[in-house]
Amino acid sequence: MTSRPNGEPLVRLSGVNKWFGDLHVLQDIDLSIDRGEVVVVIGPSGSGKSTLCRTINRLEGVDKGEITIDGERLPEEGKALARLRADVGMVFQSFNLFAHKTILENVTLGPVKVRRKARADAERRARELLDRVGISAQADKYPAQLSGGQQQRVAIARALAMDPKVMLFDEPTSALDPEMINEVLEVMTSLARDGMTMVVVTHEMGFARRAANRVVFMDGGRVVETATPEDFFTRPESERAKDFLSKILNH
Amino acid sequence: MQFLIDNFPLLRSAFLTTLSLAVASGLFALVLGTILAGMRVSPAPTLRGLATFYVEVFRNTPLTVVFFFLFFGIVEIDLQFPSRFIAAVAALGLYTAAFVAEALRSGINAVPTGQAEAARAIGLDFGQSLRTVVLPQAFRTVVPPLGNVWIALAKNTSIAAGFAVTDLTAALQRLANVNADQILMVFFAIVLGYLVITLPSAWAFRAIETRVAIVR
Ligand SMILES: Nc1ncnc2c1ncn2[C@@H]1O[C@H](COP(=O)(O)OP(=O)(O)OP(=O)(O)O)[C@@H](O)[C@H]1O
Ligand SMILES: [Mg+2]
Repeated sequence: MTSRPNGEPLVRLSGVNKWFGDLHVLQDIDLSIDRGEVVVVIGPSGSGKSTLCRTINRLEGVDKGEITIDGERLPEEGKALARLRADVGMVFQSFNLFAHKTILENVTLGPVKVRRKARADAERRARELLDRVGISAQADKYPAQLSGGQQQRVAIARALAMDPKVMLFDEPTSALDPEMINEVLEVMTSLARDGMTMVVVTHEMGFARRAANRVVFMDGGRVVETATPEDFFTRPESERAKDFLSKILNH
Repeated sequence: MQFLIDNFPLLRSAFLTTLSLAVASGLFALVLGTILAGMRVSPAPTLRGLATFYVEVFRNTPLTVVFFFLFFGIVEIDLQFPSRFIAAVAALGLYTAAFVAEALRSGINAVPTGQAEAARAIGLDFGQSLRTVVLPQAFRTVVPPLGNVWIALAKNTSIAAGFAVTDLTAALQRLANVNADQILMVFFAIVLGYLVITLPSAWAFRAIETRVAIVR
């Protein structure tokens, strides 16, 4: 299923290490993600999944090692970093829609301010994207007027409006009421089908089986196991993965 | 009454002086204070340090001392303001900017960090995310504290009277000297002058506060 085109992987982490004070949150992480690949990151709380995700667009810096996107090393700060972040979409657990802007403005802000698109073009595209995630009727409302599931779908549209090369999702459904989880997962699954490169931190096994090419299991700041979803969920190799799966399966 | 009518030209020009002192230095303080607040939350340690230094110096120096420095101190380094009015605006503005910066900084800190992260994640640089996402939300929570800063500023303009600027307080001194029998009337006129500035602005700030309130 995984297609491996020639050349550089789209995202490459090599020898990445990070400390929060004394806490060694990321330990010698090596990970390559190809174009069109969907990687699900799974692991116990505190294992470093969010931190890993956030280093890929440098919301967190790393102390050692290197991260490249499309062959380009992540810049330290400033304009170059901002430009690179525009190519990396991010969807947060708590949506983080801009509270003082309408849904439509949330989606057009990046294209207008960063990509310098004409407002009319940005709005046309934003409406298409909102339509795609099923929110077109709410374009003129404010985030607080929408349900969590709707807000998260807007957040996905906001990220897509930048035409990102890769999308990062950090537990996009764990702040949602159960009845809203599926509407968000459906949007994500269709993105995966359309060939978007995705890194998804989630415990939604159904999504992993449906959409992921690979599952990366993290524990204690390390990548402990990498496998296809089928292999990982049916015959995990490491003891820690077995232990972890038995806990989440019993829930 | 006759007394007020006789002195109307002086009272009017004094009132206008106080009002323009407050407005000019208020605008100056708003601009400078916003820049300082931006520096205080910036990722660059030098900018943060400079802004913190500025705020601490001006917050902890009596306003009269700032006036003394700008009127007499800078003559030592061969500088002088084109007019006493401009020197007074500079003193009031520089001083008040520290308070504006503090009010804004607490407003910025009240904006959830996820807002700035989401702004950076779509590729806005530090200045853009501050201008388009963080500050507009911060301004909404700082309307009441900024209102207090403004009212304090309107009253602080009276320090200028001690530096030969003919504002309301200077008019009070002058009229009280020559009309000792009318002293209550003089006070009444001067206090009324300050109230005409501060009361409507208190109402205006309350109106702005309800207009810009955001739902979360
Ligand atoms: N800004 C920070 N400062 C200090 N420690 C932090 C910071 N962010 C995270 N940590 C710590 O780093 C470790 C890894 O955190 P991280 O959020 O990456 O874990 P996670 O795998 O995403 O966990 P969860 O499933 O709970 O979201 C945790 O022990 C956490 O407490
Ligand atoms: Mg996490």
